[in-house]
Amino acid sequence: MDIHEFQAKQLFAQFGIPVPKGKEIKNARAAEKWAAALETSVYVVKAQIHAGGRGKAGGVKITKNREEVPGLTQELIGKTLVTHQTGPKGRKVRRLLIEEGAGIAKELYLSLLVDRDSGCPTFIASTEGGMDIEEVAEQTPEKVLKESIDPAVGFQAHNGRNLAFALGLPDLEPAVVKPFFQMLENLYRLFMEKNAAMLEINPLVITTDKRLVALDGKVSFDDSALYKHPDVQKFRDLHEEDPMEIEAGKHNLNYVKLDGDIGCMVNGAGLAMATMDVIKLAGSEPANFLDVGGGATKETVAAGFRILLKDKKVKGIFINIFGGIVRCERIAHGVIEAAKEVGIKLPVVVRLQGTNAEEGRKLLADSGLKVEGVADLWEAAQRIVALRKKKK
Amino acid sequence: MSILVDKNTRVVVQGITGKEGSFHATQCKAYGTQVVAGVTPGKAGQEVEGIPVFNTVRDAVKKTEATTSLIFVPPPFAADAILEAAEAGVWLIICISEGIPVNDMVKVKRALNGRATRLIGPNCPGIITADECKIGIMPGFIHKKGRVGVISRSGTLTYEAVNQLTQLGLGETTCVGIGGDPIIGTGYIDLLHMFEQDDETEAVVMIGEIGGDAEEKAAAFIEKEMSKPVVSFIAGITAPPGRRMGHAGAIITGGKGTAADKMAALESAGVTVVKNPAEIGVAVQSVLG
Repeated sequence: MDIHEFQAKQLFAQFGIPVPKGKEIKNARAAEKWAAALETSVYVVKAQIHAGGRGKAGGVKITKNREEVPGLTQELIGKTLVTHQTGPKGRKVRRLLIEEGAGIAKELYLSLLVDRDSGCPTFIASTEGGMDIEEVAEQTPEKVLKESIDPAVGFQAHNGRNLAFALGLPDLEPAVVKPFFQMLENLYRLFMEKNAAMLEINPLVITTDKRLVALDGKVSFDDSALYKHPDVQKFRDLHEEDPMEIEAGKHNLNYVKLDGDIGCMVNGAGLAMATMDVIKLAGSEPANFLDVGGGATKETVAAGFRILLKDKKVKGIFINIFGGIVRCERIAHGVIEAAKEVGIKLPVVVRLQGTNAEEGRKLLADSGLKVEGVADLWEAAQRIVALRKKKK
Repeated sequence: MSILVDKNTRVVVQGITGKEGSFHATQCKAYGTQVVAGVTPGKAGQEVEGIPVFNTVRDAVKKTEATTSLIFVPPPFAADAILEAAEAGVWLIICISEGIPVNDMVKVKRALNGRATRLIGPNCPGIITADECKIGIMPGFIHKKGRVGVISRSGTLTYEAVNQLTQLGLGETTCVGIGGDPIIGTGYIDLLHMFEQDDETEAVVMIGEIGGDAEEKAAAFIEKEMSKPVVSFIAGITAPPGRRMGHAGAIITGGKGTAADKMAALESAGVTVVKNPAEIGVAVQSVLG
């Protein structure tokens, strides 16, 4: 789960990580009031959306004139920002973070995530702050430093020394070395206590008055651990999510919307991806990823079916089930129930294999529905693509 | 021969009185697996289809000499269940549970470091040695003893491949689901090595997916160490970047972990890479000649 920058900074502050003084603002009046209270010479007005590249898209405004803050707020609220991460439709700005500016002497990069290789939480740091870290890694890999933390003992002082010396921090600004150690320790504590998936500060700045400040903040959380953290759950912003994905989540279905026109319903993530791939190979594009998962019941499958039918771009439906945990007759029940409720007008190809597949196919055949049962995967994919093209 | 498990493997099922636990313990037993014990705290003395239930893995191991554990415990308690099995001296732990917090697995992985215990999974379908023993949730009837070893990050996609191998009369030795999480107990390389050593295995099917660089690392290993042919399919060529595709580990981040990169690495290591998942079996047939 992703959260907004202002929420990330609230968490940072809670864990003793220095951030600029700022507040979440939703309208010009609140902006005017907050700007009056904020003792600073530079005001920063930042659009809050779950996507990077806000600066380039005009979502960040800086002014030295307090009077301008309400106007800038007015300008940004309700605006749709299109960045390289939002897709062409962009994201509507509903809230801002208005904070004090900082005099920047040097920009650094710092993040913390679990490294798959070592299986350890790992800091990534660089002197090339403010840039896209993937670009830095691509062009100057020697400038990307890594430090893994042993989860058995947690953050140790030598972890901090390794990073600080490798970054050349004592030469850049000796006054920030100790605060840097403290920051690393606090970030690690936040990461473990709140089950974060990723913490990123880009840029982490050394200010002209020799302080270390998290000028930006990005935090995402491990969805599997959200049950432990009601405080983190409150950060969820449904405006930032696809309504169909929210609906799918309510039924414990894994749904990701794509741009094609063949709706897919599959059990298991790997097979769901492979099914999307095979649709492309057969000459069409998948409309979505939908994994009905191991705990699928006829209710969840029926819900999945309704979600597929809600996507107006969908011109054909391909159901691919290989029964292991999920028994095929359950899927068949779900399909029949949903089909009767919604009324299917689109071509549907159902491929059932595995546990109780025959029973499932028989249920479908006897249902009186216009669904085609195909046993072979490649044949089934070609069939749905052909039916869809015929409809065109 | 086979790898890791065979008809003599003695299995304890943790979470045996739960819905999935009891269903699959029964299915495993019916396949011929020696399911000698189950564990559910507070339910010692009960039986599930003739399988005695114990309060702790320690008790189960002491009374039944189980060497392998199969875990169906709900995700909030699964990390503890893995550690309990390791403490009790189980040498092979197969964890089916999906949705274990990553930080829990970080700690588990660290705790197992240096121990003789091997973990398979979590978030995996388990292991099966065809016609000998099934320790997991895969449909047993699609498997048939034969010539091919299978390693996969996926569940149902593995069944797809296995079904093709069986239909073509090639059959399988052992099939291992390594799991779809970012942190897993056993990766491709250890298993590739075991299949290379196994007399009965003549070829290996390796099924990967987007996310991480395990396939790229496996490719380097295959190039150097494998004499047996490897056939691979990588799922997710149509997956968009930055989106998690069901499995916690299946995500393209910062342009890394794409299916195209993995396929290229495997191809350059001499692996036969198929683009169509329906052609895995045929590809194995052709490399075996």
